[in-house]
Amino acid sequence: MNGMSSRTGGSPLRFRSYWAGSLLGVAMMAAIDEIVFHQILAWHHFYDNSTPDIAIFSDGLLHAAELFVFVFGFFLMLDARRRRTFWAAAAWAGFLVGLGLFQLWDGIVDHKILRLHQIRYGVELLPYDVAWNAAGALLLVSGIIWTLVLARRGNPGISEDSASSQPIS
Amino acid sequence: MIPAHAHGAASGGVSSELIALLPVLVAIAVYVSATIIGRQRGRAWPWFRTMFWIAGVLAGAAGFIGPLAAAAHESFVAHMAAHLLVGMAAPLLLVLSAPMTLALRTLSVDPARRLSRLLRSPLAGVLTHPIVAAALNVGGMWVLYRTPLYDLMQRDMLVHLLVMLHFLLAGYLYTYALVGIDPSPHRSGLVMRGVVLVSSLAAHGILAKLLYAHPPPGVPATEAHVGAQLMFTGGDAVDFVLIVLLCAEWYRATGRRLRATATSVSAAQRTEPAAPGGSRRTKGASA
Repeated sequence: MNGMSSRTGGSPLRFRSYWAGSLLGVAMMAAIDEIVFHQILAWHHFYDNSTPDIAIFSDGLLHAAELFVFVFGFFLMLDARRRRTFWAAAAWAGFLVGLGLFQLWDGIVDHKILRLHQIRYGVELLPYDVAWNAAGALLLVSGIIWTLVLARRGNPGISEDSASSQPIS
Repeated sequence: MIPAHAHGAASGGVSSELIALLPVLVAIAVYVSATIIGRQRGRAWPWFRTMFWIAGVLAGAAGFIGPLAAAAHESFVAHMAAHLLVGMAAPLLLVLSAPMTLALRTLSVDPARRLSRLLRSPLAGVLTHPIVAAALNVGGMWVLYRTPLYDLMQRDMLVHLLVMLHFLLAGYLYTYALVGIDPSPHRSGLVMRGVVLVSSLAAHGILAKLLYAHPPPGVPATEAHVGAQLMFTGGDAVDFVLIVLLCAEWYRATGRRLRATATSVSAAQRTEPAAPGGSRRTKGASA
């Protein structure tokens, strides 16, 4: 078909599936954080009385963006399927990158730089922080490696996204 | 908390509640009559839109009359529940019931024209701009909770009424500016609406956390904590629906564009089968 290049291969970054996957990864990790650590374990606090106002602002924006990204990721995935450019492996690689990015952001920027809240209260924090950020880094690095592998191998038989010039919109 | 006010509510409560019930019944009766007239003319109106209208009117009314409205004068938690119903849930339900579409269908030619002229007027364009509507809605909330207005509202019945009315109207304007099937000649693009939606959702959540951290004057900390978390969660729930509606609109619009491209491409291929330049031109025009 015109416009849609029929060559297979090319970077996963040029596929909607990849971006949809990473948006869902970010949202999924945000949801895990919210549900497991805030609600079930109640380790994190809604607000811990030492949170500076600027952190409340950044957290509010981030939270709103997460909610949007969660919904938009699903619709973007549906859109990729509708265009028949859905590439499952690229979506999973993006998903891992998204998971890792959010975990690291939360562990470094939210917990340490902005001091929004801590992982847990009344315990020695260092092991928690190390485990948290190491898990994030592991997810991110595996996602990046998978992305590179896919970029080298190319995708089997799926034509490149027709909107490769504008990957997201 | 304020005995004088409680007395006033007890003595004049019943009759004023009956009077306040009148607009509720009228609103439901008018909408339902319009759907009946439509059906008699052979244009059925979806039953779920009628349900949205009735639920929306009742949700809005709960902030003005009944037990919740009465409790809202005393407790910050009840106030917040009323605020969420009046300012967020009711507007969403009312917008989903598409009252303007129903009115344009039902009214005779002249009033229908007047209504559509009103919708197309420059003033409507300004008021229904997402940024203006969000400023009126979320900005109004910041004013309410970060100035002595909240305290005044709990003392003065008239101020209370005006504040609640403001939130109902501003909430409607805001929701109508963002989503829905009602005709909106000035509606902004999807990106603008998405940005405004995320920003106002953020402002709502930030305000909730600030209320938790620094309660408004006269509100005990424990009440402020429950109320603020209710505001945070409730705001998320309603805004989640708004986000889904907005994304669904994007999905449908993209689908229409895709189909249009496919149609024009296949038409171009039919007319000039071996001319790749022709089909590329078609795609460029539609993209």
